[in-house]
Amino acid sequence: MQTETSTLEGGFALPVFDAQVIFRAIMDAMARPAVVTGVVPRAAPPAPLHPLAGAVACTLIDADTPVWLDQTLSDREALKAWLAFHTNARFTDAPAGAAFALVADPAAMPPLDQFAQGTQEYPDRSATLVLQIGSFEGGTPFTFHGPGIKGTASMAPLGLPGDFAGQWNENTRRFPRGVDLILIAGEAIACLPRSARLVKGKE
Amino acid sequence: MTAHPQTSGYNFAYLDEQTKRMIRRAILKAIAIPGYQVPFASREMPMPYGWGTGGVQVTAAILGPRDVLKVIDQGADDTTNAVSIRKFFERVAGVETTTRTADATIIQTRHRIPEAPLREGQVLVYQVPIPEPLRFLEPRETETRKMHALEEYGLMHVKLYEDIARNGHIATTYAYPVKIEGRYVMDPSPTPKFDNPKMHMSEALQLFGAGREKRIYALPPYTDVVSLDFEDHPFEVQRFDRPCALCGAEQVYLDEVVLDDRGGRMFVCSDTDHCESRQAQGLRGELSGEAAQ
Repeated sequence: MQTETSTLEGGFALPVFDAQVIFRAIMDAMARPAVVTGVVPRAAPPAPLHPLAGAVACTLIDADTPVWLDQTLSDREALKAWLAFHTNARFTDAPAGAAFALVADPAAMPPLDQFAQGTQEYPDRSATLVLQIGSFEGGTPFTFHGPGIKGTASMAPLGLPGDFAGQWNENTRRFPRGVDLILIAGEAIACLPRSARLVKGKE
Repeated sequence: MTAHPQTSGYNFAYLDEQTKRMIRRAILKAIAIPGYQVPFASREMPMPYGWGTGGVQVTAAILGPRDVLKVIDQGADDTTNAVSIRKFFERVAGVETTTRTADATIIQTRHRIPEAPLREGQVLVYQVPIPEPLRFLEPRETETRKMHALEEYGLMHVKLYEDIARNGHIATTYAYPVKIEGRYVMDPSPTPKFDNPKMHMSEALQLFGAGREKRIYALPPYTDVVSLDFEDHPFEVQRFDRPCALCGAEQVYLDEVVLDDRGGRMFVCSDTDHCESRQAQGLRGELSGEAAQ
């Protein structure tokens, strides 16, 4: 009974309005890359899915969008049951077949080019990766420029893959193909669309 | 500026949640790939195609109860299209509406950008009839897709060149093609080219919705928007040889209004809110006394 209760609980209390608030936060963050924005999660998924990752899932994922979970998350049946109940998510084992990837341990995830990149004609058919990182401070400092950024924007995310700079440079070189990232830590999010380029010499 | 009771029987902002999710996902990809047209499953709306169904769907997908909505039609808050869309959202979302550019969080527009500079946090939603800038040069979607994929925009320059060969200058005055961040050529919707420079490095997020053509595209804030031109025929905006007849504004886009059947006419601000706020500040044009009677 314990499992069943936690599966049904923890979704949005006000699905229409909570989803709108979370979406506007994601939209603003995607339009202002690498700017860290505070967001109240409004969802309480089973661990180790981060409450904000759960809120993003409830906002954007449905039966039309295959979801890939990393090893840490896919091992938890209760978590998959929660996602299935609250979002109607379909799961896939193939990173390249997923519209969304939920990642609890980004340091151990497959390289970015293993996920759906879209095609040159339809670059929108690409994955959005939701990464639970340790913190937006204390990691390797990165500086970005590009559309949405006034001048440059910097952050020092903790818990990204060791060769993130190299992977991200490749991702931006593939433009318009590529993946987009939603980073989550604490009660804050920041986005890195494929258009956000690393400033050279400050990697 | 008043909030309105929402009509019952509809979901908030008319669209169902699954439709909103689909549109929201398209908006995020559009923002990530500035100037690229994302296909989306456009819905039937309770108004005909051509009345702004694309813009209405985008607005409905992003709108929240705390938003303040402004709707303009050719710069004016009080013309048919603007009034009916504003009333639509008052009924199905109960949101506060305004005519004041500075007070609005979301501005839905048919073919003008407000004269007052937009600020960070505001969203400008465009109603777009034909999103494909290459459509009148190449009717096949498969071909225009390929041309965007390969960044093959020579045809567009040929079109502008033919303008020059025929008229001595680039004769395109609205829907003037722009290039985004040096990559995608984009149709800015049929705004007068006067407004093109306002798109460049705008502080506001700009979203474009084409309902019949089922496309969404976007410009994030601080995005490079260049109007296509030639070195010897640089891009120029329209100039007006007189100020607004009601508020005396210069360097703004003016509409011609016929006054009588003897050739009398006046030129007034197309942006009604801009004109009214200037008049409220005591600024007057040459015909303002007469117009007040």
